[in-house]
Amino acid sequence: MAGAINLLVQSHPINSALSLIVVMAALAAEYLLLGAEFVAAVQVIVYAGAIMVLFVITIMLLNAGAEERTKGSRVAILLGVPGVVIGAVLVAWTLLNRPNAQTVSIGALKGDPQAIARLLFHEFLLPFEITSVLILIAIMGAVVLASRPEAGARGARKDGQ
Amino acid sequence: MIPLSYYLLLSGILFVCGVLGFLIKRNIITIFMSIELMLNGVNLSFVAFAAHWHALSGQVFVFFVMVVAAAEAAVGLAVIIAVYRTRETLNVDRVNLLKL
Repeated sequence: MAGAINLLVQSHPINSALSLIVVMAALAAEYLLLGAEFVAAVQVIVYAGAIMVLFVITIMLLNAGAEERTKGSRVAILLGVPGVVIGAVLVAWTLLNRPNAQTVSIGALKGDPQAIARLLFHEFLLPFEITSVLILIAIMGAVVLASRPEAGARGARKDGQ
Repeated sequence: MIPLSYYLLLSGILFVCGVLGFLIKRNIITIFMSIELMLNGVNLSFVAFAAHWHALSGQVFVFFVMVVAAAEAAVGLAVIIAVYRTRETLNVDRVNLLKL
């Protein structure tokens, strides 16, 4: 949670990225406490590994500096922070005042890879295949978007002349 | 034994931090990281409910959310690179035209 707040407070994006890594690691520990070992491992590998490396490389590539302040951001902070605090307090009050609050025992549910794989490849086979198609489309879209537009632009210019 | 409400509270706090960052930040990369923070908050509540109801399918849904987040991060960062190449800025207030 401190990492999440740090993400908001920092003005330089690389500091925000590093605090986001802290949040990911803390969440992986939470998943381990809840008995979801496979999800914890995937969290560390995918989020803290792949996605954050992608973020850090992009920040480095674009040479991002500290963001500048605008007048609108001050108004947004003045209006937004009390609203968010009120919302968070309402949610906390509702959750903590439930008379029949149940508890989650640590490690109650075995989230071992074998059970998850059985569920994933039997009941959720169709969504799994659809996500593979989604990943393929995402890869192609990323390559098309991030590739240099010179080749297409040169052809268009030749047509114009 | 930790009450379920504590997990939901932490999840809500993470989500609110993500929304706050999405609204007040000006750097487009930080906005993307706020989106990831929101997805992580939802994931935490998924796992907490899966442990609470003894249903393993919640963890499978977390897996799918992670896949979607990875795809979204890849495409989004490619968009950011394309925008930076044409605009020379990362400030979302200056990106006000869709055309190149």
